[in-house]
Amino acid sequence: MTKTQLRRIPAYAFLSLAVFLSVFPLYFMAVSATNTSNEVVASKLLPGSHLLENFQTLVDSQPLGSALYHSSVNAIATTVLALILCSIAGYAFEIYHSRAKDAVMAILLLAIMIPFAATMIPLFRLFAQLGMVNSTFAVIVPLIATPFLILLFRQASRSFPHEIIEAARLDGLGEVSIFARIYLPTMKPTLAAAGVITFLFSWNNFLWPKVILVDNAYQTLPMLLSNMRAGYVTDYGSLMLAVFIVSVPTMVVFLALQRHFAEGVTGAIK
Amino acid sequence: MSAPTAPTEDRASSAPPPGTKESPGSSKRVPLSAIARRRSLTGWSFIIPAAALIVLVNFWPMIQALFLSLQTGRGTRLTWAEPLWLNYQRLFEDETFRLTLSTTFIYLIIQVPIMLTIAMVLANLLNAPWLRWKGFWRTAIFLPCAVGLVSYALVFRQIFATDGLANDLLIKFGLLDANVNWLGQTGTARMVIILGLLWRWTGYNMIFFLAALQNIDRSTLEAARVDGANGFKTFWYVTMPQLKPIILLCAILSTNGTLQMFDESFNLTNGGPGNTTMTVSHYLYNVSFRNSPNFGYAAAISYAILIIVAILAAIQMKVGDKRD
Repeated sequence: MTKTQLRRIPAYAFLSLAVFLSVFPLYFMAVSATNTSNEVVASKLLPGSHLLENFQTLVDSQPLGSALYHSSVNAIATTVLALILCSIAGYAFEIYHSRAKDAVMAILLLAIMIPFAATMIPLFRLFAQLGMVNSTFAVIVPLIATPFLILLFRQASRSFPHEIIEAARLDGLGEVSIFARIYLPTMKPTLAAAGVITFLFSWNNFLWPKVILVDNAYQTLPMLLSNMRAGYVTDYGSLMLAVFIVSVPTMVVFLALQRHFAEGVTGAIK
Repeated sequence: MSAPTAPTEDRASSAPPPGTKESPGSSKRVPLSAIARRRSLTGWSFIIPAAALIVLVNFWPMIQALFLSLQTGRGTRLTWAEPLWLNYQRLFEDETFRLTLSTTFIYLIIQVPIMLTIAMVLANLLNAPWLRWKGFWRTAIFLPCAVGLVSYALVFRQIFATDGLANDLLIKFGLLDANVNWLGQTGTARMVIILGLLWRWTGYNMIFFLAALQNIDRSTLEAARVDGANGFKTFWYVTMPQLKPIILLCAILSTNGTLQMFDESFNLTNGGPGNTTMTVSHYLYNVSFRNSPNFGYAAAISYAILIIVAILAAIQMKVGDKRD
């Protein structure tokens, strides 16, 4: 081994430690999902054979299917609507650029600084007055349009060649079709990054659904987890299985799109 | 709609290189052609749905909360407070508010600097040209960010339970003699929350730093090396100044996030023991939605959070600017 290689050992050791600490709690969660409650408490670190049993306990004691359904509907609807609204707005801020639009963008960006805590109570009162407590609409509306996503798409549009738009116009394409058929297909990394961010955020969102979904029949997966924790008797095996089930979709989405995600973030902070 | 479209510099038709700005005021006001006007209107129609929604769910409630914070009463029966600033006066005498606010600041002051430092070290290692298996390291360290806050809070609660994994391992390796009730004592319970935050968010910040590092102009690093600067000097004097904007962004986002922290406080420790791990947002939730809701007072708390976030952001921007 050469001297330079020796000097690199601490770097690899540090990275290995970081990876171990990052993955170990997740490993414990996954392993515990296959063990009995007693084995979880006894900190068994090897996979067991009680996965099906834990699943049976879980579906018998908790409305898992219903929570899964509500979380999926909320997350998918939020992601689709957010991608449509924010991509077209971000595109317009750049392509139809004007000083007035710059000013509007600057004002919208201020919203990033507003803590959700400061808007939560009036939003709850608004939806209560509209009789929309417990509605999917009320859950997703506050998450659809975010200045951050608009900014992401605006920055990505910077590198889009304007000549192409001109050429498309000369060919007689309308403004909407230029956006949808020419611009959007080139924006896959940004769409992926924005989609992952929105999906993860909506899927994992806890406080707002907890506030606005008063009736437990509409509860989402994080609410179900939280209620399991607060219950009198907890079966730790099935609790860890529930945590595992909630975490799997987001990890799959993330792993599948992470290359695009990195590209999207890179594009955004250029 | 016509007023804001008047000084349009129609970039689409003149097609300047993207990113450049024409010097303002140099162009004379020429009447817009019908096409340019229509395009500008199209632009606005693309923007308005998202912009209107942002106003509706952010700015409008923020103003509502201000009015609300000047009212008092239980549930939906609210009247103007007497004096108007009654709720804010009450804030200063509220022991629980003071406790939860200082707890939140403890999390902020300890966790954010440690997290940003580790994230910066990791990002620099991942950016080293000689490093192998980059994708593996990056993915594994970023993975905690794909886990929901409630999920990881419950896993940490399990690990740090009195009969949990942390105690078992520490006893096995001879670091502890007996089980520690981690979540039952103020100091250790707060430490567990901080460890949880570090676990969940370090990789997230690392990704931002890594992206910024990859955008750094390699020639500046070469120049430093030619001038004889060593690795650390190059990092401190050449790389760091170029990373300032992204560090500032991460610091502001983390501050903002910590001040709004709710899920961990609610699910990992449920604020206990004796409210000493409760965050100010958790307290706000309790005032708003537990027992008899007091929306007026809760709105005053929310405005206190808003003002603190704004002040801290302003301080950070000021400090960030000075380090030139």
